[in-house]
Amino acid sequence: MTATEVITTPPGRAPRVRRADRVAGAGFDWGQPFVYIVALMVVIVSVVPVAYVWIGGFRSTPDINADPAGWPTPWIFDNYARVLGSTRFWGSVFSSSVVGLGTTAGVVLLGVMAAFVIARYDFRGRGALYSLFAAGLMFPLTVAALPLTILLRDIGLQGSFLGVIIPQVAFALPTTVIILVPFLRAIPAELEEAAAIDGASRVGFFWRIILPLSTPGLVTVGVLAFVGSWNAYLLPLLVMAAGGMPQDLWTLPLGVQQFSTQYSADTGSVLAYTSLAMLPALAFFLFAEKRIVGGLTGAVKG
Amino acid sequence: MATSVIQAGPADTAGPAPAPAPRIRRRTGQARKWFEIGIFAGPALLVFLSFVILPVVLAAVYSFFNWNGLTPLERFVGIDNYLRALQDPLFIKGITNNFTILFASILVQGPIAIAVALLLNRRMRGRGLIRALIFVPYVLAEVVAGLSWKLLLSPRGGVNAVLESIGLGDLAQPWLATPDIALWVMFGILTWKYVGFAILLMLAGLQGVPPELTEAAQLDGASWWKIQWHITLPLIAPTIRIWIFLSMIGSLQLFDMVWVTTRGGPIGATNTMAVYMIQYGQTQPGFGSAVAVILFVISLAVALVYQRFALRRDLAGATTSGVR
Repeated sequence: MTATEVITTPPGRAPRVRRADRVAGAGFDWGQPFVYIVALMVVIVSVVPVAYVWIGGFRSTPDINADPAGWPTPWIFDNYARVLGSTRFWGSVFSSSVVGLGTTAGVVLLGVMAAFVIARYDFRGRGALYSLFAAGLMFPLTVAALPLTILLRDIGLQGSFLGVIIPQVAFALPTTVIILVPFLRAIPAELEEAAAIDGASRVGFFWRIILPLSTPGLVTVGVLAFVGSWNAYLLPLLVMAAGGMPQDLWTLPLGVQQFSTQYSADTGSVLAYTSLAMLPALAFFLFAEKRIVGGLTGAVKG
Repeated sequence: MATSVIQAGPADTAGPAPAPAPRIRRRTGQARKWFEIGIFAGPALLVFLSFVILPVVLAAVYSFFNWNGLTPLERFVGIDNYLRALQDPLFIKGITNNFTILFASILVQGPIAIAVALLLNRRMRGRGLIRALIFVPYVLAEVVAGLSWKLLLSPRGGVNAVLESIGLGDLAQPWLATPDIALWVMFGILTWKYVGFAILLMLAGLQGVPPELTEAAQLDGASWWKIQWHITLPLIAPTIRIWIFLSMIGSLQLFDMVWVTTRGGPIGATNTMAVYMIQYGQTQPGFGSAVAVILFVISLAVALVYQRFALRRDLAGATTSGVR
């Protein structure tokens, strides 16, 4: 229920919010500067550590060692240039992209198909099917990680992209199904009847009506799956690093960790590599902010 | 079977149940329906059962064996693995740490998030920008955030340098390598990483508070504090309870951040259940699986107890209402 609400409310919610603001502000005028100071403090605490890493990347390692908290004098671009010119960085970006896109595609496709059945077919076991996926929320990847590694080894997927993608799809399915079912359910039955009268089968109805109409919901679950995959560490660690995949093809979190261990003496490069590893996630966040925030709060509001 | 109904005769079978051979039609319709259900739900179900449910079941099986993951599974040892884990002070330390982080998160991050959200829940300049910037730490991968803090907090890192430059050099220390404080430093990093998420969640909850209520209270002469305490807070209580739930589960599963910063050290000061599991589990999957099962049972118990006592009202039907 709530998922639909959250996904569908933002446009209609704006005016109400504005009114609430006016009212809340009216009785608390003296606090306005105080509010800005608090906001500024929170923002500074959030951003300064990130800025330190970015700016540090513009300093040479001897400089950093001499004064770890100094300003770049002069600004040096060597560190960034070296990282951007390395195959391992781009290999990691490529790997993270393949795994992220593969996971997203798999989750969205399998998720919407399963959610379609649960939302729009009447059959015995429907409730049980939904409960099964919902129960999946209680099975964290951490618990399954070790047997999963052995399973993947036995079926020959360890050390491969699919070995990361398929389990990630599996573990993202519960959230996806839970968000999508109410969404698909909300599509009016009249549309289905109209489609049937026009000669469309249930399958045709799915492709021509359900998919286009549920795009916002699909984008939300897709973004969640992509961000989750992009930031994932434990599974790539067990499947790629322990699975003998060449280092150049490790995902970014693994790659950053490896780089920082290997070149721990070269602080400047480590800072540059770390900041560059942040960039894709931050850029993607700016691009999809509403979806991420809406999806997270929606998935969570209960 | 919609297609065939319509193909059967567009002109004279416009009604939903045409007279000839209804029984056969219904049976093929049933078959077709189950076929479609299988095609649509089958792949997801297969992937879910094989890669989520099966591994968890396997973990339960492996946990009763002394096994290195390579030889055949034949050295059954009963509950030895469980006893070994529960008698290892390092693992007990891990459990304690998980719960320390759990309670500290609720008691420290919760009030901070609520206070900041209440303050920011008004019209102000740059609100969108402020929200985006507060959210930055949450968007970063835990590994990237962890490595950044590891550099900042190293003996010759940025934090110590700043302390020295403002005359507090006495406080400078190897933050993550000092056993007495390492866990609290870790908690500080986690708070930095996750409090923004809590703030945004609370802000979203605040948007659901009907302005009429606060308006009415204001007309009746209630002060700002009174309004927040008696009206706003009770109304966002469901959001707070859900956040607590998410925070608890996250605290119990804590791995990435600890693994990249301290690996559970120094001398187990920042150890967690999941870190302990990975440390031993890769060479001893049997023993690691026992640890995984303990972790699972603890998480499940915490979740169920919390749901029983706190989430009852909020979740009434939430997991089932999607279907009914």
